[in-house]
Amino acid sequence: MSENFFTDNPDIAFRLAQLNIEEALKLKEKGYVDGGSVPGAPRNYADAKDNYRIVLEVMGEVCGERVAPRAAEADEEGAHFEDGVVTYSAPTLDAIEAFRQAGLFGAMLPREYGGLNLPESIYSMLVEIVSRAESGLMTVYGLQEIADMIEEYADEETKARVLPKFSRGEVSGAMVLTEADAGSDLGAVATRATLDEATGKWHLNGVKRFITNGLADVSVVLARSEEGSTDARGLSMFLVEKDDTVKIRRIEHKMGIKSSPTCEIQYNNTPAVLIGKRRFGLMRYAMNLMNGARLAVAAQALGIAEAAYREADQYSRERIQFGKPIRVLPAVGRLLLSMRVDVEATRALLAETSTWVDLWKAYEREVSADEVSPETRARHKHCVALAETLTPMVKYCSTEMGNRVCYQSMQVHGGVGYMREFNIERLFRDVRITNIYEGTSQLQVVAAIGKLLNRSLDPLLAEWSAASYPEDMAPEKAMLIELTDVYGRSVDALKAQSDRAKVDYYACDLVDQAVWLVCGWLLLRDTNVSESKKSVARAYVASIAPRLRAQAEVVTAANSVPLEAFPILVG
Amino acid sequence: MTESRPLHSVVLVKQVPDTHNVTGDVMTKDGTMNRNALPAIFNPEDLNALEMALQIKERTGGTVTVITMGPPKAAAILRESLFRGADKVVLLTDRKFAGADTLATSYALTCAIRKIGDYDLVLAGRQAIDGDTAQVGPQTAEKLGIPQITYAEQIVELTSTHVTVQRALDSGSEIVRCKMPVLMTVVGSANTPRPANVRRQMERKLAATPLEYAAIRKDWPEFETDEALDAYLAARDLRIPVWSAEAIGATEGSIGLAGSPTQVHKVNFVVLESAESKTITPDQEGIAAMVAELVREYIVG
Repeated sequence: MSENFFTDNPDIAFRLAQLNIEEALKLKEKGYVDGGSVPGAPRNYADAKDNYRIVLEVMGEVCGERVAPRAAEADEEGAHFEDGVVTYSAPTLDAIEAFRQAGLFGAMLPREYGGLNLPESIYSMLVEIVSRAESGLMTVYGLQEIADMIEEYADEETKARVLPKFSRGEVSGAMVLTEADAGSDLGAVATRATLDEATGKWHLNGVKRFITNGLADVSVVLARSEEGSTDARGLSMFLVEKDDTVKIRRIEHKMGIKSSPTCEIQYNNTPAVLIGKRRFGLMRYAMNLMNGARLAVAAQALGIAEAAYREADQYSRERIQFGKPIRVLPAVGRLLLSMRVDVEATRALLAETSTWVDLWKAYEREVSADEVSPETRARHKHCVALAETLTPMVKYCSTEMGNRVCYQSMQVHGGVGYMREFNIERLFRDVRITNIYEGTSQLQVVAAIGKLLNRSLDPLLAEWSAASYPEDMAPEKAMLIELTDVYGRSVDALKAQSDRAKVDYYACDLVDQAVWLVCGWLLLRDTNVSESKKSVARAYVASIAPRLRAQAEVVTAANSVPLEAFPILVG
Repeated sequence: MTESRPLHSVVLVKQVPDTHNVTGDVMTKDGTMNRNALPAIFNPEDLNALEMALQIKERTGGTVTVITMGPPKAAAILRESLFRGADKVVLLTDRKFAGADTLATSYALTCAIRKIGDYDLVLAGRQAIDGDTAQVGPQTAEKLGIPQITYAEQIVELTSTHVTVQRALDSGSEIVRCKMPVLMTVVGSANTPRPANVRRQMERKLAATPLEYAAIRKDWPEFETDEALDAYLAARDLRIPVWSAEAIGATEGSIGLAGSPTQVHKVNFVVLESAESKTITPDQEGIAAMVAELVREYIVG
């Protein structure tokens, strides 16, 4: 049987089966009017979901058969840089060719531009599968996402010129935001955009750094369009189609994802097209890009974790010590159990988050219509709030989980896992970037905390608390209701906190609770349709309950000691 | 590449049990295979033949038609061919074809290719992983009265009249030039077969022979009658034609069991058992002795 990273993974198949995107899809496919007439357009919901299965199966086969077997080679060879020219490694080029042949590019673009019109929730699964096969390749496949931002905000002429090339896989993309002095603080971007009043054309000058897939043919670039401005309000977003004025000065020598070239780019009077409105570059368009990218990186970390778990699972069957496979030793079994449950919990959270993002995108189009009903507006607002809360949560949860799982997998391997010959060595290096780029974990906490303090999770928690579950899951339900209450009191305590420094300091302890609680409820919900999820839910709830209570105690106490110790010890 | 004209290819493919992944309960005590215990797959080298045909089409234009002879469920590999880029597919199925050996199979395929008529190239995998005879391709060429190039690995040149091909041989390779039409059998090292294209698959997933309508309607109840489904498929050119023995004008005595002189004399059930192990001392002498033994036993060298 051929290797297939979709069909060999019953948990992704389960998530696809459970994925309820009927509401979003009805809007997205405009009531299925194109079904049967426009090639590839679904006739109904079942047809659409069957199409998604096809896309996942093909991606699973390409990744299992063609990409994964060359992952070590892609890492070893890495991207090259010579005389100002960046080239992908041979395995990366072959993978891109396979994706092109399989028609997997243009994932979320509308059909009018040759795209597959996939929802975010399916795209997340695709990214997970790619990342399990070769995590560096995810940046090449994942950055086609800039096409969706272009689709949403660029002018018609630009869209017609650029987007079909993305759908055919002829071009790849890059998000060009970071500079040497503007990392987490993007408001400090200094690359200049100047408007030639006579021709109405824009030109860019400046240097960008740490640009993932910076060799891309089409980039979106954040630049300062308002002379004399110093903050985010002076920034606009531009589209650049690579030409001779774009110089790649170097690529970085990185710890992991080596097949993905990270470039330093110099713009020398480079022609650019303004995307959307001036001054909205960071606040609207970069944030839009970043939200998509955060989901993609969450999926990337999940894919790496899946790979790491499988490596540990396999190794622990084959490695004999004390006369038996090491997996039967409780200390090793504990690691494996923790990994397995963590991966499934995160996959549930990613699917839930993507579903709300799909709804948000679907209603975003609805509310831009002339006549909008109050119900539609309310639903839109609800979806926005949940998407904006869950996105940083899942980015934080998944990337920290991915690091933890790779650490645990290496522990299962023992000494050999530290060696090049074993895949976990590569996965361990690759996963490390995920909780750094597209906003560090610390920044995800900042993004989530305001929403959590606004009680944005309450509608979900109330719905889940009121729902019914299998009888034999009553103890878990009771436990989660209790934990929901504990979490609620933590929110109250932090909300009532008048010392801003304390709120910031203890924010991560509240976000941890929220992540655990949501994952717990999602796994319990799964037990309504799956017998095997009962063990997952039980194990998960049992492991998070005491930790959540401890974290609540931390938040409620909001001890001043660390804040007082800081100036003395760290300064 | 040299100037050519649009070339029309016919690709012969076969659905086979996945014998490369035989598991415990597949072999019966008397040495025959329990076919149902193995998944049915696209014969691997037939995928290489299809890939070669698609690459030729991309170079010169033209069409790719895929034929298989087999039971109704063999339509699955015809769909896979469509997903990869084939223009037309045909299923040869008839109870009268059952029990065919390579002679009867190549006869039936010859009749079908003649019915198609307009072709420049016939491509097939070198051999199928169930029978492993490698006979059907060459026999078909003989019956069609056209030249054949076996073990084709690479198209070196295409002109409007000739094809130049590199053949993979045990001892190296050979380049031959041949007038078209020609039949080629393709080896696994020829290329990497492309994956199914998701856009093509979404558009053609319902492609079917009428023999499959009942199963499709079970999955897609929106098609209330066979007629409704048939009309939907016909409008989108998704009806897979089924050719019977009569349709291809085959002579009864030449097809199926009646047309198959091959008789299996005896099947040996070989059980591979691990022999006793041998310890080699980790020194110069031990290694030299091992190398000498491997050479003597024709394992290396």
